[in-house]
Formats: sequence, C-alpha cells, structure tokens
Amino acid sequence: MQNAEQIVNGQKLFQKPEYQEVLANKKQFEGGMGAINPAKVQEIAEWTKSWDYREKNLAREAITVNPVKACQPLGAVMVALGFEDTMPYVHGSHGCVAYFRSYFTRHFKEPTPCVSDSMTEDAAVFGGLANMKDGLKNCAAIYKPKMIMVSTTCMAEVIGDDLYAFIEGAKDEDGGEFLPREYPVPYAHTPSFVGSHITGYDNMMQATMQQLTEGNEGEKKERINIIPGFETYIGSIRSVKAIVESFGANYIMLGDHSDQWDMPAGEYHMFAGGTKIEDAKDCMNSTATISLQKYATVKTMKMVQKRWKHKGGFSNPVGLKGTDEFVMKLAELTGKEVPAKLKTERGRLVDAMQDSYPYMHGKKFAIWGDPDFLIGVVGFLLEMGAEPTHVLCHNAPSGWEEEMRALLDTSPAKDSLHVWAGKDLWHMRSLLFTEPVDFMIGNSYGKELMRDTGTPLIYIGFPIFDRHHLHRYSISGYDGALNLLTWITNKVLDQLDEETKGIASTDYFFDLVR
Amino acid sequence: MGPESLEAKQKAAVEEVLKAYPSKAAKNRAKHLGVGTPDDESQKTCGDVRSNKKTVPGVMSQRGCAYAGSKGVVWGPVKDMVHISHGPIGCGQYSRAGRRNYYIGTTGVDTFVTMNFSSDFQEKDIVFGGDKKLTKCFSEIDELFPLNNGITVQSECPIGLIGDDINATSKMYAKQTGKVIVPVNCEGFRGVSQSLGHHIANDTVRDYIFDGKVDTLGDAIVPTEYDVAIIGDYNIGGDAWSSRILLEEMGLRVVAQWSGDATLKEMAMTPKVKLNLLHCYRSMNYISRHMEKEFGIPWIEYNFFGPTQTIKSLRKIAAFFDEGVQAKCEEVIAKYQPMVDAVINKYRPRLEGKTVMLFVGGLRPRHVIGAYEDLGMEVIGTGYEFAHDDDYKRTKEEIFRSTVIYDDVNEYELEAFVKKLQPDLVASGIKEKYVFQKMGLPYRQMHSWDYSGPYHGYDGFAIFAKDMDLAMNSPVWAHTKAPWESEA
Repeated sequence: MQNAEQIVNGQKLFQKPEYQEVLANKKQFEGGMGAINPAKVQEIAEWTKSWDYREKNLAREAITVNPVKACQPLGAVMVALGFEDTMPYVHGSHGCVAYFRSYFTRHFKEPTPCVSDSMTEDAAVFGGLANMKDGLKNCAAIYKPKMIMVSTTCMAEVIGDDLYAFIEGAKDEDGGEFLPREYPVPYAHTPSFVGSHITGYDNMMQATMQQLTEGNEGEKKERINIIPGFETYIGSIRSVKAIVESFGANYIMLGDHSDQWDMPAGEYHMFAGGTKIEDAKDCMNSTATISLQKYATVKTMKMVQKRWKHKGGFSNPVGLKGTDEFVMKLAELTGKEVPAKLKTERGRLVDAMQDSYPYMHGKKFAIWGDPDFLIGVVGFLLEMGAEPTHVLCHNAPSGWEEEMRALLDTSPAKDSLHVWAGKDLWHMRSLLFTEPVDFMIGNSYGKELMRDTGTPLIYIGFPIFDRHHLHRYSISGYDGALNLLTWITNKVLDQLDEETKGIASTDYFFDLVR
Repeated sequence: MGPESLEAKQKAAVEEVLKAYPSKAAKNRAKHLGVGTPDDESQKTCGDVRSNKKTVPGVMSQRGCAYAGSKGVVWGPVKDMVHISHGPIGCGQYSRAGRRNYYIGTTGVDTFVTMNFSSDFQEKDIVFGGDKKLTKCFSEIDELFPLNNGITVQSECPIGLIGDDINATSKMYAKQTGKVIVPVNCEGFRGVSQSLGHHIANDTVRDYIFDGKVDTLGDAIVPTEYDVAIIGDYNIGGDAWSSRILLEEMGLRVVAQWSGDATLKEMAMTPKVKLNLLHCYRSMNYISRHMEKEFGIPWIEYNFFGPTQTIKSLRKIAAFFDEGVQAKCEEVIAKYQPMVDAVINKYRPRLEGKTVMLFVGGLRPRHVIGAYEDLGMEVIGTGYEFAHDDDYKRTKEEIFRSTVIYDDVNEYELEAFVKKLQPDLVASGIKEKYVFQKMGLPYRQMHSWDYSGPYHGYDGFAIFAKDMDLAMNSPVWAHTKAPWESEA
C-alpha cells in the first residue's frame, strides 16, 4: 500500500511484495509461454541471438519489424510548418493528422498545428470534394493562416482525388469570402505507399516552390536559396543560417521551422517564424540553391537545377569535412573569402577533435536513420577514426547504398564495415548479437535494442521521445560537429566508468582524469 | 464565483466561440457544445450535446480513426499475439508504444506489444493487391516468432479500398496451420472516430476468439463462483494491476484483463466468468453485451478513480456476491481508508477550489471528475473525443456543478474556452499539452498519465493526488514573467 508521506508511482509501486504477488498469481491464467514454460522462452531468446536466426531474419521478404521510417505526409507537414503563418492541411482521414501531430509533438515537446478535412466512408465512395470545400473554408475562417498547404493521405490517393480541381472548386464556391482567388494553397500528392517521409518532404517542397513562383520569373538576384531538408535539429537550421550570414550573403531559407517548433513560453501563437511568403514567391529569381539533404530533395533540386538553372547543388554540412565543403561552396557562390569567425570556429573544432580522439578511435558503432543524416554523421565518425560497423538506412533511396559504401571504403577498417539498405531494426538486432559493436547511434527506437543487447545508445536522430531538448541543439556546422563530439565522447567515458566502477575489482581503472 | 454566474459565463463562452465559424460549420458545432447541469432533468444528454457525428472538415480535431480504435486500443495491448499494421508504413509507426499499455513478458520472444509489425505496402501492393504478401507475413512471423499465440491483421485505409480479402487470406492460413488469425476491417476511414474501431475490434473478438475453436496453452482453468473479468482497462501505467489487487483482496478471482496485459487465453476463457466488470464502457460495452446475451454473464460498470467512486464501485461489485465477499469488501475499504485520509489531508489544502477543464477519450471525461472533487478541485468543463449519447447521459450523473460540455472539441474551441473560463489546470492529451503550457497553465496528460500512474484504485489515487499537486504547485509556472516586465 502507498505511504502518503512517500508516494511512489508504478516504477516502484509494482515492485512492492503485494504487487509481485498479484503479478505472479496472474500467470496461472495467461497461457503465454512465459507463464507455462519459462525455459522455452529462454531457449528461443537465445536462438534469436544466433547466426541461424540472423540468416532467417535477413531473408524476410514480407513483414517489416520495428521500422525506421514514416510515411510521406509527415514530411509534407514539416514543409508547411516552415513557412510563415501556414497551416498544413491533409486531405484525407483525420486519424492520420492526429498521428502526425502527436509524433512531432512528442519529439519537439511543442504544439504541432495541422488540420485534415476528415474524409470518411462516403468520401471514399464519392470523393473528397465536399470535404475540401468545407475544409479549406473552415480552416481559413478559424485559424486565419496566410497560406494553406495541402498534402494527401493514402486514402485520398487510392481513390484518386484531383487536388487542383478540388482547390479551384473550393475557391469558386467560397466566392472570395474566406478564400480569395489569390489565396495561396500549394498542394502535393503524397501517397504513403511510395517512399517515406523524406519523399513527402520533397514532393511538398517541390510543389510549393513551383506553384508559388508561377508567373513570377523576373530579374535574377544575387541570392542563395537554402533548403534544409527533413531537419529535426532546430539548432542545425540556426547554425546554417549563422554560417551563411557570416558571409554577409543574401539568402532565403526555404522551409524554416526553427521558430515554429521552439516557441518561448508566455503566450501561445499558433504560428511563429518561417519563410516569408513573399520570399518564397520570389525564390526562383535567386541565382543559386543549396540543398542540405540530397536524398530528401531529389525532385525539388531537379526542378531547381534543370528548369531554374540555379547554381549551388548539394552540400551536407554535418561533420568537419561536410561543413568545410559547405563553407567553400558559399565562398565560391559569394566570391568572398571565408570569414575569420568561421576559421576560428573550425580551429576550435579541430582542437576539440584532437583532444578527444583516443576515446572514439577504433570504437565500433552501429547507426541508423535517414539517408542524409547517415552520410553526415558516418562521415564524422570516420573523421574521428571510429568504425561504423553497421550503417542501416530503412528508407534508402536509389544511389544511397553506393554512396555510403564509397564513404566507408575510405576507412582502413573498410572490410568490417557494412551497409544495410532497406533493413529494419529487427534486422539490426540480429546484427548486434552476431557482430557486436561498442555503441549505437540512433533514435528512441534503439531503446529496445539497448535493453536486449546491452549496447549503449547515443541518442542522435529522429524521433527522440524519451530524452529532452536534444533537438534544440545543432548537429550541423562546426558548432554542430562539436556537439556530436561532446555527446559521443562523453557517452564513451560514461560507459568506461560504468565498466570500471567495480569496487576492489575493476576500479583501479576508474580514473579521475581522462 | 456563484453557480449562476458560472453557468452564465459558460453559456456566453459557447455563444462567442461559435461566432468565428462560417455559418454551416457554426450550425454543426452548435449542436456539439452546451452547458450541462447535474439537476437539469430536461437535458437528454449532458448539456444536450449531440455526439458521434462526422467531424467538421478543416478544423483541428483531436480525434483518431478506426484503426487507432482497434490496433491502438482494443487489440494492440494483447501481449502474446502479433498485431500486423496492414498497409503503408506510417500508421504502425505513429502508434507504436505510445499508449503505455504495461505488460510483463519477454518482448520479441513471447510478448510483442511495444513492437511494430507492418506489411509496409508499396505501390505494387496497392495495384496488384496485398493478399499474397499478407500470407507471407504470417509465415515469416511464425518462423521468427514461434512463441506467438496468434496474429491479428489491423487494416489501414487502402485495404478496404483496393478490394483485398484479408478474411479469406486469414482463414486459409488459419486452416492450414491451426493458428489463431484474426482479420480486422478497421480501415481508418470507417466511422467518424476511434469509436467504430472499438466496435469492429469487439466484433472480431466475438467471431474469432469466442468461436470455441481456440486452442490455448497450459491447463484448463477450472471455474469458480468468484471469477470475474476486468473489461476495458488498458493497463495504462499499470492501472489494471492496481485495480486487480483490490478485487483479489475482497475474495474475487480475476481471470482476465481486457486488454491491458491480456493474453489470448484470458480472453478466450472470459465467457466462463460470473461477472464482467466494465471500466471503459465506450470501447468494450459491445463485447460485454454480447457475453450477456450469449453466455448469460451480467456486466456492471465501475469507476476506480478517486476514493468516493472506488468505494461505491467496490460495494456495487460485492453486492453481486455472497456475504463473505461483502464482508471482505468492507475490510478492504477500511484497510485503505487511513492511507486515503492521509493523502487527502496532505493534498486537499494545496488543491482546494482549483478549477479544472478536461478533454479526453472514452471514460475519463466523466470517470475522473470524482477523483478531482475528492481533492477539492472543481471540474468546470469536460468533453469527449469520440463519445456517444449514452456517454453524455452518464456524464450528467457525474458532474457536480454547471459544466461546459464540448464534444469533439477542436484546437480553436478548447483554447477559446480556456481563455474565457480561466481554469487553473487543463487535463487532456499530448497534442494539446504544449499549447496550454505555453500560456503558463499547469497541464496533465490524461491519456498517458503524463508518463506516471497508475491512477486506478487506492494506490493509484495517491499518485494522482501527488501528480496534480506537482503540476499545480511547481515553481516553474511563476517564471514566465520577466522581472523587467511591468505588472500592467
């Protein structure tokens, strides 16, 4: 029973003897193997650690277990929240929107506005035109966004709704009361059964840039567009802006959600910050566009490079080399020398890397996440002499596997470094048991791997639900690389302490100074 | 604030909230908003609100879908079965392990609740159909997870639209292997909220688990006169465990938990119990009614939030049994009373008179009112995401004062009500949490217990009291105003 002076929640409550008895007593009714024959559970648990199991596991063709990817509209919602006063609007069932909102909210610990037009069974039969007409009008009337950005759920895609016609129809019917003809409603088809959340990001970003700039072609401006990609580190966007600003460059950050998902306390506003719509409408008249995430902007950059003939291209400013390349690209595009501030920052990063290298060198890592994230962070691990033993990308687009392989081949340990494209975290579990590593780098889904395999997890990635505030930091730029270095090195040191704290057994190595 | 002025203020708030809508939406929403009073016999539901209707398009509803009701609520917590999210990747990913349905087991070996199994539909599956892939999913699961006691197929939107026949596919595999395979047509577009998903999932329990053909492991359970099942407790943060202990202490035998920490066997043998105890009426009244009709098992609703309701419920349950149980019931009540008194004496003075606005899901918008009132807190607004009329009728019996009632409230409305009625605490879900915290308002998530709990039973009430005090009296709310800001 609780003691009013020392109330405990479930963590300790259920450890009390009376609850242990309740749980033990329950087993007689359960009929699960754990209740019937615990030895059998142990036997199977051991088998799941074997090479035999690994081979069967890797041969899976149909079932996905513990994925590390999400679906397209999630990425579309992120795009919308990077624009000034813009409401993400998902044409389809509202269940999806509830999921996108809670997913982002659990990661950022911030509100995530987004509406749907609540299509139900009749819309599945007759199409969602009526929902779109009411939905756009209601959304504009109540939330008063300056722009509504429409994406789709798989339901709307399967029945084949025509977004352009529906949006036009909604404006016609509204007659300008809430939806004036010029009211911007960029739209993109984002079927969940194609690609992943980064595909949705790409589709929505490409559609937005194309539709907002229609008819706006004018005189070119010495200006650089920057597209962050599916960036879940608020600090990274700020680091990138600081680098660009240190060149004094004229730029537009296209899809800047760094204020939206980082609102100060005091009062609530539904929208904060974001790319100015005026800027977005003019972005085609910039001379250059740099995408920071190649695989999240394939279609977008094809348009920018082929049709808009922009200079720039891809640059992934994660790690030392990644940031160097980004800085040099900016130097080239602006025709300016690298600012002294950046030179100092770089020097400090290299200094820190030289301070900490003994702890990362030769350490084996397993890492998973989005394709561009992996290119960046794996690059940094290699710069530190670490060995990324298992690099897993569930949503690997074509070309990624080859690029990652080439990157790993620059390591002296290349023969023991493996690329796993299209695999999930249940595959990773087998890999960790059969070819163990020292540390894992990944999102919260690594938690069960940490429990099952005992491998320490360094929380870097998306989503992170069970650690606070990491998303506020940067992993981009020289300062971001310093964060990566700090997190990884200190986890290595924590683990070293953990392993050497045995009194009178291992604690001779429990050094005060490391 | 006197009762009349509160009611007048609430009515004015409803009027004003409706003004922002275009006329069609205003007409619709007007039917879902009202002011309920405990003594107004003329009201058909609480506040005369209408419910279980389509959500107005384009507003930020907090509702989920039928898949969420089936996979996320009813089936997902059944621990020794594998639940396939059948369709594209997103649904299973967004709903993975967020509900805190606690269970004991070796995850990935004999239990699977926090994992995500998906058939990860690609375009070719949409075009050519996914039935073959589904069969392959079954056999791969059986090979790699041999201790699973069955598989359910949780349909996502495309399944019902592309004409896949998951029922035939499941039946064929079940016939070939003797496994329990449960196809659930809970596509997200069905119905208007999670609610239809609960119903569909209940029906599949009836059709696939109660059909008498389910083989279960271990010895047969010999029924006793004191067998009961807990129905509609999802063991969030361990709620069913802190309920179960009370029932066992009063001499009852809890043979099944539905569906938090549940197993196939527990569910399959429920038709042999003497009484079904229904906590979440909304999500599991269907199967309770079925068991009553088919097997003659009576069911009663109970409420284990807060001592007042817990005591009432314990006595109500005991009344179904003999004097021995009734005597033990009184012993249980007496045993916990000093602890409850100590908790109330400690926290009530710190919480007395504070006002609360709620917005939750199935049962909590009414069930937790008593727990707040036990602490001297006053609930002045409440509503449900997916209730029906019968829920609002029951709500009328649980409110203590004039209460603004909002059905399927959206983010514009809830914010407006909070601004006008200025509660001291808002208690709702994760999507709303940070909106109100930004405003400097104490907030508790009442779906997940904000990563605390359990809140059921006596031990749970102590945690509830401590958590409400934590939220209300934390120093962090006082930091919002900077010293350089003027008082005006």
